Amino acid sequence: MRGFWRNFCRNRGAVVGLVILLLVIATAIAAPWLYPGSPWDMAGMPFAPPGEMGMMLGTDSLGRDVAAGIAHGARVSLLVGAVSTVVALVIGIGLGAIAGYLGGLADDLVMRFTEFFQTIPSFVLAILLVAIFTPTIGSIVFAIAVVSWPPVARVVRAEFLSLRSREFVQASEVLGKSRISIVFGDILPNALSPIVVLSSLMVASAILLESALSFLGLGDPNMMSWGFLIGSGRSVIRMAWWMSVFPGIAIFLTVLSLNLVGEGLSDALNPRLARNRGGKA
Amino acid sequence: MTRLLTVENLTVGLPAGADRPHAVEDVSLHLDAGEILCVVGESGSGKSITANTVMGLLPKGLPVKGGAITFEGEPLLGLSAEAMRSRRGRRMAMVFQEPMTALNPLMKVGDQIAEALAVHGKGAEAKARVPELLAAVNLPDPAAIARMHPFRLSGGQRQRVMIAMALALEPALLIADEPTTALDVTTQAQILRLIREIQQRRGMGVMFITHDFGVVAEIADRVAVMQRGRIVEQGTASEVLNAPRHPYTRTLISAVPHGRASDRAAIGPEPVLAMKGVTKTYQRGGWFGARAVVKAVHDADFTLNKGETLGLVGESGSGKSTLARCVVRLVEPEQGEILFHGANLRPLSRQGWLPYRKRIQMVFQDPYASLNPRRKVGDAITEGPVTHGVSPAEARQRALELLRLVKLDPSAMDRYPHEFSGGQRQRIGLARALAMQPELLIADEPVSALDVSVQAQVLDLLAEIRQRLGLTMLFITHDLRVAAQICDRIAVMQRGAIVELGPTAEVFGAPKHPYTRSLLDSIPGRGWTPPELAEIS
Amino acid sequence: MELSRFPAYLAGRLVKAAIVVLAIVVCNFFLIHAAPGDPASIIAGQSGAADAKFLEQLRAQFGLDQPLYVQLWVYLKGVLTLDLGFSHRQQASVAALLWDRLPATLLLTGAAFLFAIVIGVTMGALAARRVGSWSDSVITVLALTFYATPLFWVGLMLVLLFSVTLEWLPSFGMMSVGVELSGFAWLLDIGKHLLLPALTLGLFYVAVYARLTRATMLEVADQDFVKTARAKGVPEGRILRRHVLRNAMLPVITFAGIQAGQLIGGSILVETVFAWPGIGRLAFEALLARDYQVLMGVFFCTSVMVVLFNLITDLLYAIVDPRVEVS
Repeated sequence: MRGFWRNFCRNRGAVVGLVILLLVIATAIAAPWLYPGSPWDMAGMPFAPPGEMGMMLGTDSLGRDVAAGIAHGARVSLLVGAVSTVVALVIGIGLGAIAGYLGGLADDLVMRFTEFFQTIPSFVLAILLVAIFTPTIGSIVFAIAVVSWPPVARVVRAEFLSLRSREFVQASEVLGKSRISIVFGDILPNALSPIVVLSSLMVASAILLESALSFLGLGDPNMMSWGFLIGSGRSVIRMAWWMSVFPGIAIFLTVLSLNLVGEGLSDALNPRLARNRGGKA
Repeated sequence: MTRLLTVENLTVGLPAGADRPHAVEDVSLHLDAGEILCVVGESGSGKSITANTVMGLLPKGLPVKGGAITFEGEPLLGLSAEAMRSRRGRRMAMVFQEPMTALNPLMKVGDQIAEALAVHGKGAEAKARVPELLAAVNLPDPAAIARMHPFRLSGGQRQRVMIAMALALEPALLIADEPTTALDVTTQAQILRLIREIQQRRGMGVMFITHDFGVVAEIADRVAVMQRGRIVEQGTASEVLNAPRHPYTRTLISAVPHGRASDRAAIGPEPVLAMKGVTKTYQRGGWFGARAVVKAVHDADFTLNKGETLGLVGESGSGKSTLARCVVRLVEPEQGEILFHGANLRPLSRQGWLPYRKRIQMVFQDPYASLNPRRKVGDAITEGPVTHGVSPAEARQRALELLRLVKLDPSAMDRYPHEFSGGQRQRIGLARALAMQPELLIADEPVSALDVSVQAQVLDLLAEIRQRLGLTMLFITHDLRVAAQICDRIAVMQRGAIVELGPTAEVFGAPKHPYTRSLLDSIPGRGWTPPELAEIS
Repeated sequence: MELSRFPAYLAGRLVKAAIVVLAIVVCNFFLIHAAPGDPASIIAGQSGAADAKFLEQLRAQFGLDQPLYVQLWVYLKGVLTLDLGFSHRQQASVAALLWDRLPATLLLTGAAFLFAIVIGVTMGALAARRVGSWSDSVITVLALTFYATPLFWVGLMLVLLFSVTLEWLPSFGMMSVGVELSGFAWLLDIGKHLLLPALTLGLFYVAVYARLTRATMLEVADQDFVKTARAKGVPEGRILRRHVLRNAMLPVITFAGIQAGQLIGGSILVETVFAWPGIGRLAFEALLARDYQVLMGVFFCTSVMVVLFNLITDLLYAIVDPRVEVS
């Protein structure tokens, strides 16, 4: 654990990312105290530029405080990002493990299914799902999870496939251990690092996806979100640039911090690869 | 004889944080035209680094710290990158260890040879020369092979292509870096013969890097032995092989499997394991089109008696590992009987197999892959017995005894596998199998991945434990010398079938099957018997 | 792959593509039925646009009073004859609407793709050649930045900079309104309109390709056959071109196939920001109007585009890599 932390800290970008991420999380938690009341309420004059009339980041066309919107939007972004990633992980790990451990026909079927989901344009499917099931936080999480599990399944399958034929797993078979104890005791712990790295990147892309959906007007109408703020600023960008600029920066910083943390995790979990690592793609 | 290459006091540094300051230290050697110099050493001895320095192919981060290299009368170390490049391939060429990865997978092999000619201004001759060169390395139908991509060729064929490529510009010096290590023994014999033949015909100087003293005996005129970056002994082949002076050389040579069977108690006909008509086939190919069916195992009946060690010997792809894995149900054969004390194990379910897990155990080949990197050694040894109902305290007690038995410190219990060397891990793997107190032990190439000195220790340990515990053993190996040393009887496998089975002395002394004969003929250095050397303290 | 095997390979891939398209149609069908409420009213939209007559017409079209498998069959038959339904809102057949918008989307995504792959691969190759240099760091930082920036926001910021502040480029549409242009002037006008949207859509993929190329080039440069080439005296420049780059292109081609769907998804956002008259913009309009018939048409059409693009990359891969076998 100490070695892990030291390797993580060796990547300076990752430490910066972790600090930003913690700040975003703190803002999300503190939002109700920082900006009490609903972010949908009018707080001042419409179109107040940043810094004027006590509005740090200005107000929108209905006089709502952009800063309050960003603080409350952090809650939605992080929540959707985290929950949809968990759901996608459950689906992906389950299917990937079945395909990789059982092999044969099960593998064939699962992989065809996964390939199918990777072929169809995921964002279009997400739009369709949210639109048909009406935009709520639940349908958004569901849609994002449905389009983001395939990479998990592929990674887990590849890991399981390679670990299954590794000699220490065969040794466990010969010792007579049960399938469950082999999968959870021998295979999964050794497949964990790529899953951990992948999931931090998935939270990042889930946040991007959520913002894109709410930008198109498919956000939960009861919850303030960053994408919605940018979307509502789009048509008035010539007179109120701040309405779209600041929420965009919030998204950028959050996603960047998650990507940086992901790289740090990857370095810390595979110290040997860190030196020559080219990229995550 | 003309002096082709001289290396004087060469020192090459290692990056900070390595286990020693220099990869190669104060190395001096020389090579004449028409001579084969073998540079021998275990992994990490610096033999490849020396060769790469001569070629000017050192990886970044390994600086030459001192010394001189003279090639054809010219100093090499001061030359510009371009001057070195123009000599590489033209005056000096190199063949590498891994034929499977040493060729560009996207280029036809003919084009890759032609490229060697083209970059030295002989592109115009390529059309005529490429088939000539392929023919010179005894490849059938050179014109067709030239048009193939590397993935269509076998390892041995690829290595021939590599040699043809190296010979394209008739270099004065050929450096061969373990060129036969990745090959089967019969292929190895052919490649060694080819190198020797071409070298004699063209009067080339060859620097041949190897870890295998059998290969040295086969091919070397002179020998240089390396240990931890230094040359510890140098001399003619017969001097070094038959009267080694340096203690390290003596240890290495006495560790070479001598192939002499040890005296063993007589074994009565009391069958523990009998394989009858076991067949395993693999199918390749998709849902459409023709499927290729590969018979991995067929016609491989044998009986193994109590206390006996049977060696399954064969080249890669002969089915010996598949057959062994059938015994422990890691591979499920579609036909046949696997009789263990008369009970057929093949139809048993996963559950039905459980009682037999205690009685049949296995030791694996790769010391780095056969232990779960995230589990402590103690847990690895105890988890088998605990799974079968032994109390954790008792299992732990037994594990401690076993560690002593395999000559490891009891403190190993609470450490992780990565803290151990290859040989030590192999002992841990052995302890894990013995913890189940098996009657039958399957050993799948248990020493193949180890350096020769470590190999000897593990083999001795295995022999001792077998004796002490009265184990019955199925021993899989591709190394005939190892088999001769440890097995009572030998079964030779070829393409999934046992072609010859008999007592070790008979199989080696009077082989009946032509394949067995060709295997025996291919043992590198078969004309050389390692000398009996007094123990060095 | 050898040329003689190519037809069989092509046939196999076509069958696979057809199966995927069929599965997408089935998927579409079940989506309507999975949604809560009467499929007909969902298809017609909840905005109240649907009158009773239209609902009846829909029920008849989809055979909603019949068992599910009959409905599926009716639906399949419709799609396979390119009858994707009728948009009550737009008073036009969905197929015609899509057909109308297709060229604009192809132009945008094609331009963005070419831009991304050319610039990205070049940048990645440069970075790999000078690992650790400042240009390598700049490329890495740029890649991280584009990775983390929402596409639509990049579009808005570009509009803010180049259209609002600098007034260099138009901020919406595909051509200038109210002017009749022809020949070169017409092309130039479209080009000017195309620049910002293509840039927006392409920037992210520039980053992706740059990173991928850099990583694979470094990986390939470490492989044995590169050492072989060096040992036979091949000059470094030629090693890079003939050995490293060619092998490094394989993962890039694979990735181009995988990300085709994302590119088309991204075009919805970009077309929305720039009012580009393509399929994405159509989807946005349909979304505002809750015009599901059109939305499903968009899903079908974009899926087919991706399948076709995948087919092309598969074939390309098979041509480059001799190891691909008919499976």
